[in-house]
Amino acid sequence: MADPDGNGASGETLLRFRDDEVHDEPAVTLDAFAAQDDATAVRLEAGDDARALLPALDRLRLIEVSFPSFRDGRGYSAAAILREAGYRGELRAAGDVLVDQLASMRRCGFDSFAPEAPIDADTARAALARYPLPYQAAADGVAPVWRRRHG
Amino acid sequence: MYRYDEYDQANVDARVEEFRDQVARRLSGAMTEDQFKPLRLMNGLYLQLHAYMLRVAVPYGTLDSRQLRMLGHVARKYDRGYGHFTTRQNIQFNWIKLADAPDILAELATVEMHAIQTSGNCIRNISSDQYAGAAADEAVDPRPVAELIRQWSTFHPEFSYLPRKFKIAVIAADEDRAAMRLHDIGIKLVRRDGVIGAEVHAGGGMGRTPMIASKIKEFVPLAQLMGYLEAALRVYNRYGRRDNIYKARIKILLHEIGAEAYAAQVEAEWAAIRDTGIDPPAAEIDRIAAMFAPPPFDTAAPDAVDRSDPDFAVWLDQNVAAHKAPGHAIVTVSLKPVGGIPGDASADQIDLIADLAQRFSHDEARVTHAQNIVLPHVRKADLHTVWSALREAGLAEPNLDLVSDIIACPGLDYCSLANARSIPLAQKIGQRFAGRERELGELKLKISGCINACGHHHAGHIGILGVDRKGTENFQLLLGGSGAEDTSLAKITGPGFDEDGVVDAIERVTDHYLRTRDPGERFLDTYRRIGMQPFKDVIYG
Repeated sequence: MADPDGNGASGETLLRFRDDEVHDEPAVTLDAFAAQDDATAVRLEAGDDARALLPALDRLRLIEVSFPSFRDGRGYSAAAILREAGYRGELRAAGDVLVDQLASMRRCGFDSFAPEAPIDADTARAALARYPLPYQAAADGVAPVWRRRHG
Repeated sequence: MYRYDEYDQANVDARVEEFRDQVARRLSGAMTEDQFKPLRLMNGLYLQLHAYMLRVAVPYGTLDSRQLRMLGHVARKYDRGYGHFTTRQNIQFNWIKLADAPDILAELATVEMHAIQTSGNCIRNISSDQYAGAAADEAVDPRPVAELIRQWSTFHPEFSYLPRKFKIAVIAADEDRAAMRLHDIGIKLVRRDGVIGAEVHAGGGMGRTPMIASKIKEFVPLAQLMGYLEAALRVYNRYGRRDNIYKARIKILLHEIGAEAYAAQVEAEWAAIRDTGIDPPAAEIDRIAAMFAPPPFDTAAPDAVDRSDPDFAVWLDQNVAAHKAPGHAIVTVSLKPVGGIPGDASADQIDLIADLAQRFSHDEARVTHAQNIVLPHVRKADLHTVWSALREAGLAEPNLDLVSDIIACPGLDYCSLANARSIPLAQKIGQRFAGRERELGELKLKISGCINACGHHHAGHIGILGVDRKGTENFQLLLGGSGAEDTSLAKITGPGFDEDGVVDAIERVTDHYLRTRDPGERFLDTYRRIGMQPFKDVIYG
């Protein structure tokens, strides 16, 4: 799994929903990223402004968003903002990520997960399949029910 | 009324199965209580002093007879034969077993009901005007917009872990019957050049730091409202405080940065997302609105009512309001019998209300934030029949908006947060003023058993706050609040009292009011005219 410094994912507990290779460059802090114009991986703390990354989205391959507690929902907005701005690289939720939050995180655009405590793959699969008919449009692109109702 | 289609039903059914799985994982020990707590809370399941409490959502307070009967059934089968209607137009069952909760949710789902987002740090049940669709003074029926917001906010992926709970009210009349400006977001629907839109208020709330919402937007066309709300919630989700739960509500954010700054941030966020396809098309708004079309009112219904029965006439004057359709009236069923528990209804009473709603009110009933039930569409010719049935069931107390129409939280009899018992105090006050309520006129009395203010004491013409003073229950008295369109926050009179002492103090206040009032003046108006000091003098002098 991802180590606490965010040095990329190496272990089995990384849950990933992408086909490309795991990006192995270490994720740097937002401050460090601002000073390093060649970094391609960055880690956002819960209080960081995701919009600070918008000018650099083209060169980013991995954005890791920290969840210090599963109750801290700021990372959902960070993810939504990054996807709305067109970010296509890996968006990873790291930290206190629990199985019951996976579906909402996927909807907001996260496509990889580095949970502190391992998540059982079958439970995760069931949780992600639970709500196939969302009410809202979101970053996952799944049609909201109003679109299904009206075409 | 709104009816579920296959998509709505699928979501509610999925929630039942999800919760069944979560309860199983909790009972097996696979999940800790700490991890389970936010999940059960998002299904309305609280752990109280004696048992689990299940809070069932009544979206914008609207129910049909089938749903009411289900609530009666749940009360009988899984509780102790009664339920408690709340200030957020929901119903709570106070004696629930954890292992039964999934079955209860499954039964509720069969009548399009659920407990989704009735707790937790998410967008809660949308509240509205209990006279919606019946009042003559509304610009439009607010419930289709409330339903639109219900759908947008249900399982909203970005807003399930907000800094704190988030309450939205929608009204559409000048007279505010839903305490709109005491919500995190309060929406008043207005018509501008033939277009329906929302006047948006934010940052209201009660709790330990009561605040009245500020207007942050004059007009958002309905077609863009979900995008605007998404922006408003996103700003709050990102910048609301998370370091202290007592400072985590949106009102503190607005207080700290200023309503104008918050409004400007929402505007900027809205500009970034308004064209990203958040808002449903007009066809969806029309689909929902069509389900709230007025029922087929009897256009030949006579206007005359036989008032020869004096008890009936009293009830008629107090608990029956004008309806927009000729020959019809709005009936408030009082859940405040003298000496009773405010908001409680037995399973048999709930069944009776269901029968009356079905036979005499186009199959509709509403829950009010003052913890009563409304039959919104009753033919005047049927009023006497309805009254007779209600009276037999102890539901015809003619006390709407009078001193015994008390809002009270469950208090220390049930709630693990409470410092003091609200219910026995409400009962004593009701008994003290029995027979004198109408002489006192409109007097909204509200009791909270702790500083969290679930009993809306800040908005009471007379408010009572129970506190713990060196290990004994103590009651502070407040005067001058209002949750109506003339919203104001009540002020504390001074040192608190014991239970009997606060009842005496209220009587001194009301006696002074009776001596001092101008003709036709409500208690609140007298208070506003003469101020706090004369009341302090009679209480403490």
